[in-house]
Amino acid sequence: MAKIIAVVSTQHEKVGGGAPIFIEADETAMQQTAFLLEKILDASAHDLKNGTIVIVNHH
Amino acid sequence: MNAYLVEHKMLIGVLLGIVFGIVARLLMLTTDYRQYPTYPHGRIIHISLGVIAAALGAVAVPALYNKDYTAITFLSLAAQQFRDVRKMERETLTKIDSLELVSRGSTYIEGIAMVFEGRNYLVIMSALMTSLFAIVWNIYLGIAGGILSLLFVRLLKSGKTISHICHSEEAKVRVDGPDLFVGDIYIMNVGLQADQEIIRERGMGFILTPYNPNGKVTISNLGQRQAILYDLSTILGVYRDDGEPALIPMAKLDMKDGRLAVFFLPQEKDMTKALQVINKVPIMEAAVRMPTEASVNKEAPNNG
Repeated sequence: MAKIIAVVSTQHEKVGGGAPIFIEADETAMQQTAFLLEKILDASAHDLKNGTIVIVNHH
Repeated sequence: MNAYLVEHKMLIGVLLGIVFGIVARLLMLTTDYRQYPTYPHGRIIHISLGVIAAALGAVAVPALYNKDYTAITFLSLAAQQFRDVRKMERETLTKIDSLELVSRGSTYIEGIAMVFEGRNYLVIMSALMTSLFAIVWNIYLGIAGGILSLLFVRLLKSGKTISHICHSEEAKVRVDGPDLFVGDIYIMNVGLQADQEIIRERGMGFILTPYNPNGKVTISNLGQRQAILYDLSTILGVYRDDGEPALIPMAKLDMKDGRLAVFFLPQEKDMTKALQVINKVPIMEAAVRMPTEASVNKEAPNNG
């Protein structure tokens, strides 16, 4: 089963829970952090279209 | 000369059988774009096994001729031997598969392993037929029988391809925000703008429309889809690397009407070639289903 292993967001109040959360100031910073996390964790970044990107391990 | 041939009928029959058996194996041993069996050692293994199979097939007739009926149990030994060949191929390919950028998938592997086993039996058949004709009648009929068996073997060698069951055409790859579509079929969510840009630039899309319900079931098989992706990436190259999980080739079904959308990132973006490749993808034996052959569907007035 796929698992969310990190959350990158610009909306501090909208996220919470078990996975590590990275709060960024704006969209560009969020994209950069998600880019790095995707490469580091070897897991795909998926955009929830509400200012949040989740990094999901599909393996 | 003739007297010699009659005197050594058994020996000549067996030798002829072995020769035709080996020719049959060589005829069926083609190393194509998949480079499998690998050259040269993979080929050596299979040619050697072919020689053994040919010898086994060829000696069966003289054994029966000499009323040595128990000798036929020998053939069961051969069957065991070639089942091991299948196992060996399966294991090797599965191990290699885990290190491929785009994997073959177990259906493809099972298909290849099955072909290796089956072809050895065809070699036995070819050798048996040749030696039977040569020993029961004469050497000339033996040669004729051998040639006939080679034609038969050739006929059995080729399977069907995707072009027999569905029509494939180009479709536009559309990146709408994070959503990726091929034609009107949703493929996946790509979160990073960098990846979206690469997909916009290099992505290729195809839609496969099956001709009938049988084709629909066959292309919906995950192993068959993986085979399509594997063949595309072997021939056109794949724009991908380890640690790039977003740039993954994918095939998704339109569940409403059974069309298959294929999304692919090639090294060489050539649409005509890609369509040719898709049309020539072999149909996996294990993926074939024939719902129209079922009695419930046969009796229905309109079975699609």
